[in-house]
Amino acid sequence: MIAFLIKRLFHALLVMFVISVIAFAIQDNLGDPIQQMVGQSVPESERAQLREELGLNDPFLVQYLRFAINAAQLDFGYSYIFNQPTTEVIARHLPATLELVASATFLIILLSVPIGVYSAIKPRAWLSRFFMGVSIVGISIPVFLTAIVLIQIFAIGVSWTPFPADTAWGAWLNDLVTTEGGMPAYGRGDPVHVIGTWYTNFASPRGLLYLVLPAISLASIMLPLFIRLIRAEMLEVLQSDYIKFARAKGLPLSRIYFLHALKNTMLPVITVGGVQIGTLVAYTILTETVFQWPGMGLMFLDAIERSDIPLIVTYLMIVGLIFVITNTVVDLIYGLVNPTVKLTGKPA
Amino acid sequence: MSLLDVNHLDVRFALRNGDIQALRDVSFSLDRGERLGIVGESGAGKSVAAFSLLNLISKPGYIAGGSIRFDGQELIGQSERALRHIRGHRISMIFQDPMMTLNPVLSIGDQMVECLKAHRRISTHEARGIALHKLVQVQIPSPEARLDQYPHELSGGMRQRVIIAIALLLDPDIIIADEPTTALDVTIQAEIMALLLSLCEKHNVGLILITHDLGVVSQVTQRMLVMYAGRVIEEGPTREIINDPQHPYTQGLMNALPQMATPGSRLNQIPGSMPSLDNLPDGCAFHPRCHFAMRSDGQRRQACYEHVPGFVTSGNCRVACHMVSEMLGYERIPAEETTS
Ligand SMILES: Nc1ncnc2c1ncn2[C@@H]1O[C@H](COP(=O)(O)OP(=O)(O)OP(=O)(O)O)[C@@H](O)[C@H]1O
Ligand SMILES: [Mg+2]
Repeated sequence: MIAFLIKRLFHALLVMFVISVIAFAIQDNLGDPIQQMVGQSVPESERAQLREELGLNDPFLVQYLRFAINAAQLDFGYSYIFNQPTTEVIARHLPATLELVASATFLIILLSVPIGVYSAIKPRAWLSRFFMGVSIVGISIPVFLTAIVLIQIFAIGVSWTPFPADTAWGAWLNDLVTTEGGMPAYGRGDPVHVIGTWYTNFASPRGLLYLVLPAISLASIMLPLFIRLIRAEMLEVLQSDYIKFARAKGLPLSRIYFLHALKNTMLPVITVGGVQIGTLVAYTILTETVFQWPGMGLMFLDAIERSDIPLIVTYLMIVGLIFVITNTVVDLIYGLVNPTVKLTGKPA
Repeated sequence: MSLLDVNHLDVRFALRNGDIQALRDVSFSLDRGERLGIVGESGAGKSVAAFSLLNLISKPGYIAGGSIRFDGQELIGQSERALRHIRGHRISMIFQDPMMTLNPVLSIGDQMVECLKAHRRISTHEARGIALHKLVQVQIPSPEARLDQYPHELSGGMRQRVIIAIALLLDPDIIIADEPTTALDVTIQAEIMALLLSLCEKHNVGLILITHDLGVVSQVTQRMLVMYAGRVIEEGPTREIINDPQHPYTQGLMNALPQMATPGSRLNQIPGSMPSLDNLPDGCAFHPRCHFAMRSDGQRRQACYEHVPGFVTSGNCRVACHMVSEMLGYERIPAEETTS
């Protein structure tokens, strides 16, 4: 276990180093911070002096080292927009994003496992074919389209009467395509304060309601992929000898499917899926923009628009860190589920 | 009546361009405690025959006809539920590759206990007791420790011992072993085979042993079947068939054994190879490889080319061959069904 953690820590440091170099290179090449800091009227001589003071004329390596040393102390400088340490800005936006990602992850797991398993067990059932059809379409629909359609149907509402309203069946069909709308689709509502910068949507029914549409549209990015992945893995596992042997032992089908097959199916799914969940953090940029969800994604777009370079760099570093953490957690879970991996370091 | 009676079993695989018939008119029986060997070259249908007994043929395969009577009860057409009660309980199986047969993510103990619990109302504690007892019977070193180990912690030979223990868990009437030692090291093949034999003898368990190894068949089994292209072509007491094979194919198998060749010369392989099931020749499926199908004067022997041979009795054996029926002075006996 210790050996495993040390190894992972080393990996993590390596990954963070690479990300920091990239982030720093971006910082070095993206726009002119002086231009952002001072007004138009400031003369060139003053700008040059400011540049010198900020160390912007130092050699690349010196600048990087200064950056890295500060970064290690979680000091990424001040955000131009907010005029606050960037870490504080991030800390304020992080909970909204994490809650959104957590909700989307929850939805993905809740839906993909049963659907994937069902369509592997009954590949010929019409419901399986329906799920497979929808998922293949789903993979190719861009997230903002999903989001806009969701908003139209559930937030704005649809009043559409394509069928003759004076007949009973027409009225019924019209009713069917008409939706009320009214689901919140803008911002977080008023989340409940938990601790520090953490305000949560999980604590009240109203808060949860605000999460529904953004979480669904974020989940919709990965859901088809997960369903197909689980289905494919499960189909393969069901072909294996040990499943045949389990049947030859006379075990009930439920045990064969949900213990023998599912456990083996989930091993590769955990590895692939865990990485995908990590990337969800990056995908929040689109979702948060459409729903004006005040998380890191929205903040990041803002930062880009206004060349808030320290904030951009901090965002990249934090997202990288989240990525590294999720991967480590995924590996830990994998090791706990898979008996052939020994985390304990004891000889097998 | 025997414990197991298989009659005219017809198994097909539904493929895109029509069915292929993997078993044609397969009949055999097994008495209580009897050991039956099934031999034949790869693709002859041995495994299909074994798996169809418990209706476990893999997907496009289905039983198209025939009857399987076990202990007075017809198995074909039984519900999954009824079959489940027989699988692992009254008829259990041992597979070819012990590396693939056990579930890699479940402990040995769990995989044994679940089998007992599927068929008996007992506590986990009791079940573990029985499991341990069976592990002792298969002579696995430090059996208690094995219960909590996972398959990857055991060698192939040990895993096959565990699988034999699982097959014996519920004191079945019959064990079907499909090439139980093929995947193992040569050095432990004999050991595992001897273990299986002694346990079957001791507990009076019937054994259907599928193998390529005629030596094993003659040591272990009392009766044997020879299969070729989905049919049984010779059947009878193992001793008689080994000592005096009647069918030219069986004779060829015996001659192909290394000990039959003069030292230093080439092995006596049967020329040609078994036809694929979707492209069987007319008449006797073996005729393209059979010396008898061609007369000494270069003329074809029409029967071999046109008619599927029916069984004739020779001593205590049944043989499906035109040559044998001619030698024994039978009129040509038509097979019960002819190939389409
Ligand atoms: N899943 C399947 N799909 C289609 N055809 C199959 C399938 N399984 C078996 N067959 C057909 O059945 C025939 C017999 O296969 P089987 O596995 O019983 O051979 P075998 O005698 O056990 O050979 P081996 O000694 O190699 O194990 C094969 O030649 C093949 O044509
Ligand atoms: Mg086989």
